[in-house]
Amino acid sequence: MSDIILETKGLTKHYGGVHALEDADFVLRHGEHVAIMGDNGAGKSTFVRQITGVEQRTRGTVLFDQQEVNFSGPLDAREAGIETVFQTLALADDLNVPDNLFLGREKTKFDWLGPFRLLDYKGMRDDTLAGLVKTGVKIPNIKNTIANMSGGQRQCVAIARTATFASKLTIMDEPTAALGVQETEQVENIVRTLKEQGESLILVSHNMRQVFDLVDRIIVFRRGRIVANLNKEDTDGQDVVAYITGAKTGAEYEGAA
Amino acid sequence: MSDASEGTGGLTFDKSKRSWPNELNVFGALILIIVAFEILGAIFMQQSLLFDTRDRFDSIFNEARLRIIIIQVAIIGIIAIGVTQVIITAGIDLSSGSVVGATAMIAMSFAQVATVNGAANPKAIFGEWALDLPWIIPVFVGLGCGFIAGFINGVLVAYARIPPFIATLGMMLFARGVAQWWSLGNPVSFPTEGYAKIGAGMMPVIIFLSLAVLFHFIMNYTVYGKHTYAIGSNEQAARMSGINVPRHLVLVYVIAGMLAGLAAVILTSKNLTAQSGMGLSYELEAIAMAVIGGVSLFGGRGSIIGTVIGALIIGVITSGFTFLRLGAFYQEMVLGMIIVGAVALDQWQQQRAAARA
Repeated sequence: MSDIILETKGLTKHYGGVHALEDADFVLRHGEHVAIMGDNGAGKSTFVRQITGVEQRTRGTVLFDQQEVNFSGPLDAREAGIETVFQTLALADDLNVPDNLFLGREKTKFDWLGPFRLLDYKGMRDDTLAGLVKTGVKIPNIKNTIANMSGGQRQCVAIARTATFASKLTIMDEPTAALGVQETEQVENIVRTLKEQGESLILVSHNMRQVFDLVDRIIVFRRGRIVANLNKEDTDGQDVVAYITGAKTGAEYEGAA
Repeated sequence: MSDASEGTGGLTFDKSKRSWPNELNVFGALILIIVAFEILGAIFMQQSLLFDTRDRFDSIFNEARLRIIIIQVAIIGIIAIGVTQVIITAGIDLSSGSVVGATAMIAMSFAQVATVNGAANPKAIFGEWALDLPWIIPVFVGLGCGFIAGFINGVLVAYARIPPFIATLGMMLFARGVAQWWSLGNPVSFPTEGYAKIGAGMMPVIIFLSLAVLFHFIMNYTVYGKHTYAIGSNEQAARMSGINVPRHLVLVYVIAGMLAGLAAVILTSKNLTAQSGMGLSYELEAIAMAVIGGVSLFGGRGSIIGTVIGALIIGVITSGFTFLRLGAFYQEMVLGMIIVGAVALDQWQQQRAAARA
């Protein structure tokens, strides 16, 4: 039991009469990379939003690191050790790389100065370089502002932010949806690096090739319910598509959808 | 993919994308304007604007004019330091001029002497108890007025979610009303000797430059500064990163308000009187200084140094037009064009930068 990092039981979210998520039972083990797939509106993002505290669930329990948790916001989740790379990048364009990595949790000196406490630029720069090495992101000039970077570079910075802080779980919501081929490859390489380092990951993606390249297990959502839990070795693209479209439903989920 | 060997990240450093400090552009503009006035001066007046042409042995510069240039922008410059911070958060403060007016009246009421030429002070607002007080009391009253105005602005913007333009427009009208109501339009005069020293001589300049250095440091080396830029750059990102955005915004508006209050103290001390019309359109001049100095009204970009240079540009233009014996109306026309030009240039540069990225 102790190798489970995240578990949800009966996780449910209703938006008024819309049942966006219904009884989701989900388990993620330490170091495991799991993909969440499904058609638009299947409940993937809703599921992620309940875990990360962006929204409050209607019902069900979330266990993180064997503790039942009730995050009141994404910050709570982050403090507990869940780092999320959002679809809309949460980066400040006019700040440089270390500033963005440490935004909201700056290293400081003279803390008795309150809001006017001094920034430890050197400490943050050193940690940034260490974080970039860890993720395999190469940025020759980390003093450049985000505004001067391409979409892929920004995405890399956003991912490096999650890796710089010793997080227990990383969630990526369509990290390559807006990227070109080469930039997608960069991001995928970072994900592989995280895998080697034993980071747990939930990847929300539409990209079948990417999913089969990167993860161990695939969870398929359809109409607000989990309809399949597939080990990568036991399935293939066509099979997954069958689950996504509703042609097939996993044996243990029969009668659910 | 020829550079695939570079490894996983493969981000390359393109020298053409290196950021060029915007302050250098603004400084270049200052030099250009000075050169233009020197040329015009040599042609039309046979004189130099800044250099001492009559007395080569004592000094290089015309020190009297340099002093005038900086002293005439110092007080509004103090306001501009606060306005710069507000604009960097993607806000605006239209109330600073009126806050100067209201603060001037209120602070001066606590700075009056008991006797003028052997008789009781004819302009006294309060009774005995408020006369002949040590200078520090009206200074604190002034800072307090600025604090209250800034606090209300900040709460309206950050918690009531009223757009900064509207919130501070309301404060602008309200504070001007307070200034006129305070002594029913009568000036408040005859300050104590101690109070009169605060804004005497070069004191406004010394205070302005000290505050500029202090806030330059704060904006660049403290958490406060970093969060101010972050909020202006991407408020949602700042919030998701755990910055208490509303509380920070209140602090920014409070600092801007207190700087306006301090400006009122210095102004009344310098003029030895307070009138309800004081500070009229100061807010616009302060915004002009910031904008000319490269502070983006969209937030996230700009600096105290830029604003100081922007203030100097306005000072040089004002002095330059007087030097060329041209009327003040030409000066305002040119200032108007420079402000629009500065923003247009900034827009153009941003678009070019965006296209390159």
